[in-house]
Amino acid sequence: MVTDMTAEQPRSSPAPSGSKVLAIVDLCRTYGTTVAVDGVSFEVGRNEIVGLLGPNGAGKTTIINMVLGVLEPSAGAICIEGVDITTHRRQALERTNFAAVYAPLPGNLTVYQNLRFFGLIYGVNDLSRWIEELLQQFDLVRFRNTKCGVLSSGEQTRVGLAKALLNQPHLLLLDEPTASLDPATARDIRVKLCDFVAQEGVGVLWTSHNMYEVEKVCDRVLFLSHGKILLEGDPKSLPREHGKETLEELFIAVAREPLTFEGG
Amino acid sequence: MVHLRRIAAIVLRQYYLIRGSFARVLPLFVWVAVDIILWGFITRYLNSVTASGFNFVPALLGAVLFWDFFTRVMQGVTTAFLEDVWTRNFLNIFATPLSIGEYLTGLVLSSIATSTVGLLVMLILASLVFGLSFFLYGLLLIPFLLVLFLFGIALGVFAIAFVLRFGPAAEWFVWPIPALLSPFAAVFYPLATLPRWMQYVSHLLPPSYVFESMRAVLAGGPASGTDLLWAGALDLLYILLACWFFTRIYRHAVRTGLLARYSAETLS
Repeated sequence: MVTDMTAEQPRSSPAPSGSKVLAIVDLCRTYGTTVAVDGVSFEVGRNEIVGLLGPNGAGKTTIINMVLGVLEPSAGAICIEGVDITTHRRQALERTNFAAVYAPLPGNLTVYQNLRFFGLIYGVNDLSRWIEELLQQFDLVRFRNTKCGVLSSGEQTRVGLAKALLNQPHLLLLDEPTASLDPATARDIRVKLCDFVAQEGVGVLWTSHNMYEVEKVCDRVLFLSHGKILLEGDPKSLPREHGKETLEELFIAVAREPLTFEGG
Repeated sequence: MVHLRRIAAIVLRQYYLIRGSFARVLPLFVWVAVDIILWGFITRYLNSVTASGFNFVPALLGAVLFWDFFTRVMQGVTTAFLEDVWTRNFLNIFATPLSIGEYLTGLVLSSIATSTVGLLVMLILASLVFGLSFFLYGLLLIPFLLVLFLFGIALGVFAIAFVLRFGPAAEWFVWPIPALLSPFAAVFYPLATLPRWMQYVSHLLPPSYVFESMRAVLAGGPASGTDLLWAGALDLLYILLACWFFTRIYRHAVRTGLLARYSAETLS
């Protein structure tokens, strides 16, 4: 069971209120003649969870990689709390973090060693105490000295999420954060992350193929197909606005007939 | 601004890995110890069969020690970098505020720690078992080691840039670099032994000045201070070029998408 993460607050400043935490304008990424991301613009506000939805290959991970500064956009701009990632990468990434199933932490370090390593890199104050707190919050205390490589995929996911919260990010990028978790743990994690967002004024970009989850946690969703945003809106009302019963039906329709939805 | 904690993180990671792994501890000193023992006996044998009275211990065993030190420094940098390759950690590490300068400094400091272990083992073995006296080199021992250390750093950074550019399989490129350079560095013979075209290459390699100076000192003559200064200047130039090369390769990897898809090795 994952414990209440708001029980003790870490020692960093909460996100400043007001401006958008993430602003993306006319973002494009091409690989040769292949267009992976095609003129995408959107914003993520504070205390907001934005779902980035779309079929495999739609461009979700490419967008996340560009926001993380490990992939240069072909065109467009990405600003994190008003700081351009291209020109001020370090400043922009100090209060940004991410968790993704395809980026597990090094398996040859223990859970504690990994958290200490990344905590130092992110310059976390009072690191030892904060690590202990995260270990408790993500039910990882018994794995403290276990190498990450021998953990189950669900346990590794929880370690990845603990790492993602190490620096008290103002922008959190979560690429299918509950994909490897059992339903009970997934629900606990969702509650935890939602509490964190509400308490800390964080903006979250959340990708998932679990439409139930998206409906539960996201304030707003963006449907992406072939690198373009086709739809945007409230996940609870968006399906009916487009003549569908559920978000999953809408997802399937967008994935199969993207041209029908082009132009919003 | 450089953040010391970020640099310390890279060193600490390497400490964690070495502390917890028999397979990482042994290479710190086993291969250099084997080299010293092998060459120690070879020099003893040569001393016994030659009538010239020339002492091969400081000339050959000393050369092996210096060369192995340079090799350990270079591999200290490359191995610390390869830990990120082997664990597919690029996305995690390069999506942080860590700068390239901090990352490279961390790798260099890791290398200082690991190569010092190898150096100490070699010094102890060579002096206690084979009677190599470092007083023969005098204070020049310090610039000798410094020149080799700096060149090891430069070559290590260059090698990891190559691996970053061409993917995990390019790791093979890292290991034979010292062996490829050793004929040109005139480790075991005077530079004059080499054909003219090889000498031109040798003059571009800082270690060749160290080994020439070492032999001059052992022959009872003076070492050329100018040569050693030139070697140091070459080292600094190569370090700057290697760092520039790594930064350029890193930017290329971010621009092309290679960093995000590193295991694919190529985007074509």
